Amino acid sequence: MSEKHNHVEEHRDDEASKLGMWLFIFTELLLFGGLFIVYSIFRHEYYQAFRESSLELSVTIGAINTIALLFSSMTVAMALTAMQKNDKKTALIMIGITLLMALVFLVNKYFEWGHKIEHGLYPGSALMPLLDRGHLLYFSLYFFMTGLHAFHIIVGMVLLFICLFKVKNGSIHPEKYALLENGALYWHLVDLIWIFLFPLMYLIS
Amino acid sequence: MANNVSHTTEYRTLGKVLLFLMLCTFLTITVTGIHLGPFSVTVALLIACAKAYTVMTYFMHLKYESLLLKLLVGFVFVLFVLIILITFIDYAFR
Repeated sequence: MSEKHNHVEEHRDDEASKLGMWLFIFTELLLFGGLFIVYSIFRHEYYQAFRESSLELSVTIGAINTIALLFSSMTVAMALTAMQKNDKKTALIMIGITLLMALVFLVNKYFEWGHKIEHGLYPGSALMPLLDRGHLLYFSLYFFMTGLHAFHIIVGMVLLFICLFKVKNGSIHPEKYALLENGALYWHLVDLIWIFLFPLMYLIS
Repeated sequence: MANNVSHTTEYRTLGKVLLFLMLCTFLTITVTGIHLGPFSVTVALLIACAKAYTVMTYFMHLKYESLLLKLLVGFVFVLFVLIILITFIDYAFR
């Protein structure tokens, strides 16, 4: 038997792995969903304090981050399109832009949080327990929800870095791109959560 | 073995979707800027839902997915709405 005929068919099911990714996304949605319910009840109870606290956030930074995430969501979708069209170079560029946008988001977040921390506003600080209950709840939820979201950004970046590497070395190719597709799905999830976080945290009128 | 069944979305479509999403973002910021009272949060959430729907339909390719997946997404959405309802009813009549 020649080498050629010795080839073992690779066992894989892209459709099932995508379904698995979606099931994971559902758990993530419910995780953040629960937090949004907590947020809505306390916002209802301490509306004035939530409103005052939200004025401390910069709508400009929030809007820039929204645009960065929406744009990156498009570029990662374009990376998948490029891969399906067997255009490796475009795919690499698009994943690169997505990662750059993610970095922009995190740098913005760094300055935003840094500004708060400078003023002694962070979980466990000496100032936090002195705030009244409404303000305390707002900032606790703010740090927890945006922090958990930022953590998802970092995980997404790691995932996309792996994709970038695998596209480059050819282990993700037009016949096999499930990892890139699932990585893109994860990245869209991160965008999806921010779509709700932005108006709820930054825009309370 | 090639078992890719995913739909390919054209660049142009993705660009149009982004444009729509940007417009929605602009609208959200403008709407919450003018005082609509209790309606402003409703409007902001409605726009957010429209954005989420668009992202899932086009960016996440849900439009071209199997009926099973669409039903699953619908099921999760209904589940979430039920959780909200039960929590709020519990909270309101405490």
